[in-house]
Amino acid sequence: MSTADKPVDHESTHGDVPDSFEDPGLPYHRPRRADVDPKAANKAERQVAALFGLSILGTILALGAYFMIDMTGEIASIRFANMMIGLGIFLAMMGIGLGAIHWAKTLMRDHEMVEERHALRSSDEARAGAIQNLQDGVEDSGLGSDGSGTSRRGLLKGSLITAVLAAPLALLVPQIGNMGGQWNTREFAHTMWRQGMRLTRDPDGTPIKAADVTIGSAFHVIPDGLNDLEHGKIEAKAKAVVLLIRLDPRDLKIQPGREDWSFDGIVAYSKICTHVGCPVALYEQQTHHLLCPCHQSTFDVADGAKVVFGPAKRPLPQLPIAIDDEGYIVAKSDFHEPIGSSYWTRLKNTSDGLSGDTEGGSH
Amino acid sequence: MGARVNAVAGGTANWVDERTSIGGFVKFFARKLFPDHWSFMLGEVALYSFIVLLLSGVFLTAFFVPSMTIVTYDGPLATMQGVEMSEAFASTLHMSFEVPGGLLMRQIHHWAALLFTAAILTHMARIFFTGAFRKPRELNWLVGFTLMILSLAAGFSGYSLPDDVLSGNGLRIIEGVTRSIPILGEYVSYWMFGGEFPGEALIPRLFTMHILLVPGLILGLIALHLFLVFLHKHTQYPGGGRTHKNVVGLPLFPVYTAKAGGFFFVVFGVIALVSAVFTINPVWNYGPYDPSPVSAGTQPDWYMLFIDGGLRLMPGWLFDVIPTEWELWGYTIPMNVLVPAVIMPGLFFGFLALYPWIEAWATGDRGEKHVLDRPRNVPVRTSLGVAIITFYVVLVLEACNDIIAILFHVSLNDLTLFLRVAVFVLPVLAYLITRRICLGLQRKDRELVLHGKETGRIVRHAHGEYVEVHEPLDEHERWILVSYDDIAPLEIAPEYNDRGVRRKGYKWDRFKQGLSRFYFEHRISPVTPQELEEAKHAHH
Amino acid sequence: MHSLARHRYHRAAPVVLVLLLLGLIAGIAAAVSTASSANAATTTSADDVSEGQKLFAANCASCHGLGAEGQDGVAPSLIGVGAAAVDFQVGTGRMPMQASGPQAIAKRTQFSQAEISQLAAFVASLGAGPAIPTAEQVDPALGDAANGMQLFRTNCAMCHGSVGGGGALSQGKFAPNLWETTPTHIYEAMLTGPQSMPVFNDANITSEGKRDIISYLKAQDEGSPGGLRLGTIGPVAEGLWGWFLVLGLVVASTVWIGARSS
Repeated sequence: MSTADKPVDHESTHGDVPDSFEDPGLPYHRPRRADVDPKAANKAERQVAALFGLSILGTILALGAYFMIDMTGEIASIRFANMMIGLGIFLAMMGIGLGAIHWAKTLMRDHEMVEERHALRSSDEARAGAIQNLQDGVEDSGLGSDGSGTSRRGLLKGSLITAVLAAPLALLVPQIGNMGGQWNTREFAHTMWRQGMRLTRDPDGTPIKAADVTIGSAFHVIPDGLNDLEHGKIEAKAKAVVLLIRLDPRDLKIQPGREDWSFDGIVAYSKICTHVGCPVALYEQQTHHLLCPCHQSTFDVADGAKVVFGPAKRPLPQLPIAIDDEGYIVAKSDFHEPIGSSYWTRLKNTSDGLSGDTEGGSH
Repeated sequence: MGARVNAVAGGTANWVDERTSIGGFVKFFARKLFPDHWSFMLGEVALYSFIVLLLSGVFLTAFFVPSMTIVTYDGPLATMQGVEMSEAFASTLHMSFEVPGGLLMRQIHHWAALLFTAAILTHMARIFFTGAFRKPRELNWLVGFTLMILSLAAGFSGYSLPDDVLSGNGLRIIEGVTRSIPILGEYVSYWMFGGEFPGEALIPRLFTMHILLVPGLILGLIALHLFLVFLHKHTQYPGGGRTHKNVVGLPLFPVYTAKAGGFFFVVFGVIALVSAVFTINPVWNYGPYDPSPVSAGTQPDWYMLFIDGGLRLMPGWLFDVIPTEWELWGYTIPMNVLVPAVIMPGLFFGFLALYPWIEAWATGDRGEKHVLDRPRNVPVRTSLGVAIITFYVVLVLEACNDIIAILFHVSLNDLTLFLRVAVFVLPVLAYLITRRICLGLQRKDRELVLHGKETGRIVRHAHGEYVEVHEPLDEHERWILVSYDDIAPLEIAPEYNDRGVRRKGYKWDRFKQGLSRFYFEHRISPVTPQELEEAKHAHH
Repeated sequence: MHSLARHRYHRAAPVVLVLLLLGLIAGIAAAVSTASSANAATTTSADDVSEGQKLFAANCASCHGLGAEGQDGVAPSLIGVGAAAVDFQVGTGRMPMQASGPQAIAKRTQFSQAEISQLAAFVASLGAGPAIPTAEQVDPALGDAANGMQLFRTNCAMCHGSVGGGGALSQGKFAPNLWETTPTHIYEAMLTGPQSMPVFNDANITSEGKRDIISYLKAQDEGSPGGLRLGTIGPVAEGLWGWFLVLGLVVASTVWIGARSS
């Protein structure tokens, strides 16, 4: 099928046949019933009026519902009030719309008319005039290339262009500068966790004993004292949330270099996905898989929270934990790598004093 | 009384005209002709849902407080008693539960937004498939394209305003995507959020963007869009008497004033009906934003699904060995985020924006086109369009993978693996199948022109043969099927001239010829009068 | 101004009364059934244990073993899982398992409440484990729905959806819808962590917290103030309805507008 599916080069036996078909012109206009039958026209008129009447009823319904229905705070009363007002608006609008369209379709002109198009291109005289006017303007401004003193005019042009390009900076730099609030991107690498800080329950902030965390349990954790923060509580929480899980110690594959980061099968991992930062929270107890509901990155908690499926590439950062004198679970330090999604300088920004352990990316 | 009304109307008109010379405008506009076709009203759907958005939005601004200051809820909703939340969320609950009609207005606003974006895409698809973007309308395509992008911005900024968990997690994804941009990403993130995520600046900033900046731009561009429609006059479908030099239709006043004006009320009515009956965006279910919780079924509104689908589709590891997040010279380049959320949308939208120029350049078609194409008569464009839509739909399906998994009892992992292949294969298949269908339809058109319509009447010839009587098309029916351009692929000069010297620019010409062949190699030419004559003779 | 409202209430009165009556009956029935299970749990006798052992041998032992010690790769040990686990697994019809699959599916239970209690008593006698909660522990009316909302969204919503509509897990597993689940079963599921679900012992979510969660879930029975709920699966359902219903209706009207009147 490499060429057109068209018979080529016939011996022309029909010399009088034209090369192409001719436009037959507009088709014959067939009148509507309402055009020829006054009864049909009257009927259409009544239908239109009835639709407009329906609209008036709708308005009355909407206003009536607004004034008469008490919203007591009960779900059902809120639903009833909104539904009645809504249905009233629906009728009020639909009646006008259907009426007007029915009117147009049955009673207004339906015999199509023809309008010629005009070329969009300006006429040659208009173009010539435009060019002349622009040239005159350039001359008046003194920017024309003819005549003397071109260097001064070059200076004019250059300085004007520079000034116009530079002036927005006077607005934009303060604007953009202020909008950032701060520019220290090393903040990405720090969270609220510190050595000895207790792991507490989200949202009430009560500390957790190791004995509380039975095998198969998943605790959603915030740092002790987060709820008492005066400022930046949500920002701190956005980085510090942790999922605390206890596995059967026999199932847990301890990662090299992290031998003392867990306690008897209890591990703590950042809850913020290393893909684009959703909270990874679906813990499947039997498979030890953590699933992110946003984009389905799946991490194996039993094996260093490495990625087993989905768009994330890096394992979830692990929070090293220990047990304090009273039996509560505490952090041994901040995370050893920036939590959450990747960014350009992620490998440059490691946590306070604990650098180097940013690998763990092996799969 | 009629005379009096006339006198008053005339007096008023005179008063206004003497101050505005409005007479000229009225003369110009009142009897402008518009062709009648249902598909020409899709753009109006977008326009009217935007007006509904403005009307309901004004209502909402009267009650919404764009603030991230934390307050404690004390209202009628039992499941929120004593819960800490931002003022933005609290005011959303207040307008939903304590203002009569407030929840209705929220639902009208949100349903109208879904309709607005859906109507824009449908309108855009109509323009694409009928070739209405061709000269002289390329600029207006670009204006419409920009409106489409702005509708996404308007939708996303508004979706995030209630400060609920669902939209908050959406914003966190946006933050993650922003951070992934090499070199600048971290700073752009700080710039957007006013510091670390989520900060306290975002809701007020999104509010200004949502109620001032974006709708202002949309209004301005709508004015430009409509101005260009009037300037170019409307396109029309092929038919007798409809040419590139005229427009056949009914006058703006009174027919389209009534039809299009009435249609606004129909659109408003449909939105009101749906809003009265169906819940949308129940933020009281999601609760106020908190960075820790997340719920199953975390998806954005439909118009952002394709980006979310891309993020889900892209693996972090290719075949479990090649990472898609690169660490080069100590810097991190997360291609697993950049490809689906930055590069793919960039290419996708870039191709759409430039398509009129791409096609005109590839086909060398330079004339003004006011009669629309029937999609079957431009098989390559139609197939490209269907392939693009298929690609888009695969991404949307992937964004719904958890919903599909639970509804149809399939594994979401298997579904994702399947769609990772499908995103490449299905568009190609869709392209090939659509082209086949187009060519088949064109052949059928030829059949119809040459041999007429089947009538269902069977007659027996004298020599015993049964044949079905075919009724020839009338000239109007035939004209629609034969009046399209038959463009042959570009012919180029040979590489070597007769003296065996290689000519300059041959490679470029070859490239252009390749493009031209891509568009026109597979085509079915319309029936000529001569062929019709021969077919008639063959019958008798 | 309130006359219409009053009138409407008058007209609706019979319907409301009937509904109230039905609700009352359902409430009593639910209270009775949970009360009976609680009673059964608290007053286990040696008879129950021996009856339970027979039921266990007939229905469960083929997988879990006669002594409920489990078989590697087939079925877990049930020693120490407690009466709550049995009441949940058997009471929701998940056990006995019909066919092996990604997860055990809830279906009509094969046993009477008395038989389930006997099975539970037998398994509880094998080793200490969580007991079946009392009626008071699971009474939604005693819970704080707002606290339940906060606990639910932190601990449950990521799998079960924001209001318990359910959601997908990996590899074909899913978290079920919770609206039809009885308060006792919800409580037991949290306590015992069946299948993929993690354990939420009383140290993680207190007994009152669990009741608050039940209260939050039962508050969903009131429906949505916005009208029909579209499955509460979020923006995907809304988008689907937006395209097919809203745009569908509007496009249908454009076809009518564009069609020529006869």
